Formats: sequence, structure tokens, C-alpha cells
Amino acid sequence: MGCPCEQDSNNKPQNFEDRRSFLTKLTFGIGAFIAALLSFPLIIAMLDPITRKKGHKWRKVGDLNDFEIGCMKMVSFENASPYKWSSKIAYSAAYIRRESEHEFTAFSVNCTHLGCPVRWVAKSELFLCPCHGGVYYKDGSRAAGPPPRGLYSYPIRVTNSHVEIETEAIPITTMDS
Amino acid sequence: MKKRLKKIWKWLDDRGGLSDLMKPLTTHLVPPESKWNYVWGSATLFCLILQVITGITLGFLYQPSADVAYQSLVYIENQAFLGSFIRGLHNWGASAMILLMGIHMIRVYINAAYKYPREMSWITGVFLMAFTIIMAFTGQLLRWDNNGVWSAVVAAEQIGRIPWIGHWLAYFVLGGETIGGETLNRFFALHVFLFPALLFLFVVYHLYLVFKNGISEPPKIGRVVDPKTYRDWYEKMLSKKGVPFFPNAIWRDAVFSAFVLIIIVGLAWFVGATPLTSKPDLASVHANPKPDWYFTWIFALYALMPRQLESYVMFFGPLIAGVFLFSIPFMSNRGERSPLRRPWAVAGIVFVILSIGSLWYVGTKEPWSPRFNAKPLSKYATVPDPSTKVQKGIDLFNTAGCIYCHRIGNHGGIRGPELTDVENRLTRKQMIIRIVNGGNNMPAYGGSLKKEELDEIVSFLIAKDKK
Repeated sequence: MGCPCEQDSNNKPQNFEDRRSFLTKLTFGIGAFIAALLSFPLIIAMLDPITRKKGHKWRKVGDLNDFEIGCMKMVSFENASPYKWSSKIAYSAAYIRRESEHEFTAFSVNCTHLGCPVRWVAKSELFLCPCHGGVYYKDGSRAAGPPPRGLYSYPIRVTNSHVEIETEAIPITTMDS
Repeated sequence: MKKRLKKIWKWLDDRGGLSDLMKPLTTHLVPPESKWNYVWGSATLFCLILQVITGITLGFLYQPSADVAYQSLVYIENQAFLGSFIRGLHNWGASAMILLMGIHMIRVYINAAYKYPREMSWITGVFLMAFTIIMAFTGQLLRWDNNGVWSAVVAAEQIGRIPWIGHWLAYFVLGGETIGGETLNRFFALHVFLFPALLFLFVVYHLYLVFKNGISEPPKIGRVVDPKTYRDWYEKMLSKKGVPFFPNAIWRDAVFSAFVLIIIVGLAWFVGATPLTSKPDLASVHANPKPDWYFTWIFALYALMPRQLESYVMFFGPLIAGVFLFSIPFMSNRGERSPLRRPWAVAGIVFVILSIGSLWYVGTKEPWSPRFNAKPLSKYATVPDPSTKVQKGIDLFNTAGCIYCHRIGNHGGIRGPELTDVENRLTRKQMIIRIVNGGNNMPAYGGSLKKEELDEIVSFLIAKDKK
């Protein structure tokens, strides 16, 4: 029913609506696509230092003779595959204790409470933390203060009369440790 | 000449629309009673502007690189023209921003300005607070001295307490499994690009909301907020007795900001920024990481809370605090605004201020930390006429680290009980039991002291008139 011109004027607003809603969707769609495209490299760049495989390396920290039986000694060593521009920052420290002729223990210097560097007090054979007063015995076990557990240790081995330590991540104490 | 300038201005205004741009500001009406209690927010914003300008200035001199950042700071501090003053401004500007932000927030809470229709102002404000705190923390880390690098480790350890992903997030923040060349750049990018950008976005929105919803009128007892009628009432009140924001209200902001600036300049000039500690070295354990003053209370909390709860508090504490802050405008968005009719709100604020204040106070004293720099006791003068045995005991007291935690006379730490007159409290036998077995926060010395050494220390402790 009705003449073509009437139909035309009825359809026009409908068409406009369709067109507008299509263009709105198109604009938002393109916007989302661009945002996704641009954030991809940003996220990748932020993740780069973490996603990169570093592995662990054995680092020589001294000769067998450098360590007296029953004594604690602090050593420093280069972390695994640091960025070349890190220079001195890429060095970590550890406490090494020679238990017997061939037995060594290497403790991380990081307090298990909040990561501050613990100091070895030789006479009393204790590690003391300057931050919140954590204390550890010479075997690394917790003696006093807020730490939730004993000191972390590094893998250590002796090859050809060299003492070597295996690099590790900075130990992070989690809720369940 | 004057005519010419006028012509240029006319052209600029016509084509550039400068007057139109400023018009909403100049004609915006505010309640006439909004006086000196309304300057805190603008002063915080002023500090942000100061931080941007001094930050850009420092950016021209600072090297954001793990191996030389510290050297460039030493240069800024000691050699660059006005360098230490600029660093002082940036340092005290940050302190002022934190302080003023806190006062602004307390003011808004006490006067319940977060109620209808200004809930979003509060919520964006909580975001701004979080960003500001992150800026403060990342900023003190950029000093990249020994304190700075160890702060990065401490931050990672705290993040590590987040369940499931904490471990991963900690390494994400550090930019690797250890501190390295990437770590500083991460914090630099966060401090200089990402968080300033977020701050600007939220500040602009925060300010827009002030214009949209209007400045809250000072509360009056009995004048309750009712979402149904408030906006109408506010509009009518404004059209009846509102005054233009510019210049009737903004002059106070200007005066107060100038006052803040004078204080910051004075502090920067006469006191200077937080001194640099030694150069960053993670292979040296002679660091004593300590946060800047605004985090001292958290530092204290970590030392004092029960050990078993600690990991949970580190995660749930900030979470609960955040959720609580966000939910404030939803818990009560109507009703009385006057603090005189909201005793629980006032009590809550007083409680928070007292808790933070006392934690802050103990934080500056650090009674829990061993004093590695305690002056050793004199072998001859600590006890009158010491025997050889007592002298040996005094030596041991120094070398075995007793003095780091126990005070005798005017020397020694305050972690453990003072031992100046311990002879009146404990018998010889009790002392031996205590030293050998430890207890509470005292480690057991049984394994590390020989029998005669123990005897010597106790002979010293039992002696009278120690000083």
C-alpha cells in the first residue's frame, strides 16, 4: 500500500540509524584494534627482562685454601647473564661456611623478612639484620626477630680445588614460606 | 604601543578563544564560606606542579643508568650550579605533597565532603593518593645509593607476599631475578613517564569533578544531605549567595601556596635533600636500608607486629585499607555532614592519626634494630677497678655483639633490656641460663661462647656501678 515516496520517507531515518550505529561500531572497533596493536610491544618490552631465559651459572668464588674449616666468609660473584651495562650492580654477595674438608654451605645475604643484607658477627656466630632486628644462627636457622624462616642457601660445589657457587634469583619470601 | 598590544590580544582572543576557555573558571560560583579550610587540595596540586618543574630540571642532570646514576647524583649534589638546592626542592616538595595530601584527605573526611554528589571526587582522590605514594617510593629509589638499591629489594619482598603471583610480580618489579641494569630503568620509567601520566589524567578529572559538582559547602549541624533534593538546594544556594571562584576564592589558594613554597625553599636551602648514602653495592652488607620519613611508620609496623601474622598483614593490610577507602562514600553518602554529629568518624580519624603517629615515633627510634655503630665500652672505665677477668668480659661484651642490643651506661643498643644494673635483677646463675639458652628475642649463645668466656661476661655483668 501507499506510494513509493511515502515508503521512502519512512525508510530514510531507519537507514540513517543503521548507518550511524555501524559507523560507531567501526570507530570503536578500529580504536580497540589500534590500542591492542600499540600495547603489545609495550607489554613485551616490560616483560623482556623477565621472560628472557637466564639460566644459572656456576661462579668461582675462591680456592679451597681460602676457606678455613668452621669459618664463615663473605664472597661476591656476578649474577647470571646480567645486562652488559649493569657493571657493579650485577654482583651479589653470599656467606660461605666450610663445614668440613669437603662440605660447604652458602647462605644468601638477604634476610628472609624483607631482604635487607644480614651481617655476620664472628664472635657470637650470629647473623644480624639491621632493618628490623632479625637474627640467625651460624647454620642459617632463625634465632630471633621477625623473619618467618631461616636464611636461604645457594648450591655450592668444589671442582679442581675451586669453590663454586651457583647463581640464583634473589630469594623472595612468599606467603607460604 | 598600548593600542597595538590591545589589537594583538583581541586577535588572539577572537581566534584562540582564550576568554571562552577561562570563562567557566572565572564565573564558577562557590559557597561564600569556603575559606582557609579549602586550601589543602590546591596546595597539594601546587606541590605537584613544583615536582614536575623540579623533576624536569633534575632530568636534565640525572643519568638513569644503573652504573652511573649515583655518580650523576653526586655531581648534582656537589658540583652542578644550584644542584643541591633543586634536589632539595624536589625532596621537600615530595614531603610537602604527601603531608598536604594527607591533610586534604582528612579535611574532606571530617567534613564528609565525599557524600552525595561528590563520591567520585573521593574515589579519584584515593587513586591519586595511591599514585602519589608510588611516586614517593619510586623517587627515593632513584637516588640509587645503597639505600636505594636495597629499597628495591625490600619492595620486591613485600610484593612477594601477594598470593599465587607474588613471586612472579616481585621479579617483574625488579626487572629480572636479581638487581641489574634493568632495575633502575624500570623505576625511572615508572617515576618519570607512567605514573606522572596517570597523575595528570586523574588530577584533571578530579578538578573537572570539582567544577561539575561544585565545592562542598561547609557543613552545618542539622543540614543533612538528601540525594533527592541536594543538587536543587545547592544550585539555589549558589545563585543566592555564591561568589565567583576567581578571584574571591582562589586568592587564598594563591596565598597559601606561596606560603608552602616559602617553607619548601627554606628547607631546601638550609636543610637540603636527604643525604646520599654510600654508592650502590649489593655485594657489600654494610647497608642499613631505611625509608624516607613518610614510610617510617610502615617500617615500624613491620618490626613490631606479631611474626606469624606478618606475611598476611603485608598483603591484606594494603588490600583492606584500599577497599575500605574506596567504600567510604558508598557506606554513607547521605545524612549529617558535621563532624559534631559524626562522633565515630572523628574517633576513627583520631585513632588512625594516633596509631600512625606513635608508629612513626617508634620508627624514628628503631628500638628493634641492633646498633652496629655502638661505641665499644671502655675496658678500664666501665667498671671501677676491673679485674682481668672483668676486663675480658667487657671485651667480649663488645666483640660478641652484646652491645649492639644491650645498653650499659650511655652506650649500646636498645633492642634488649638495659644491663647497667642487671646485678640487682638477676643472680649469676640466672644470667648464665639466659645467655646460654636465649629467650624471646635473645639468641642462644651456648654454642658460640666457651665456658670461661661465659664466666668472664657474667663477672662483668654482676659487677656493681657499671657506667
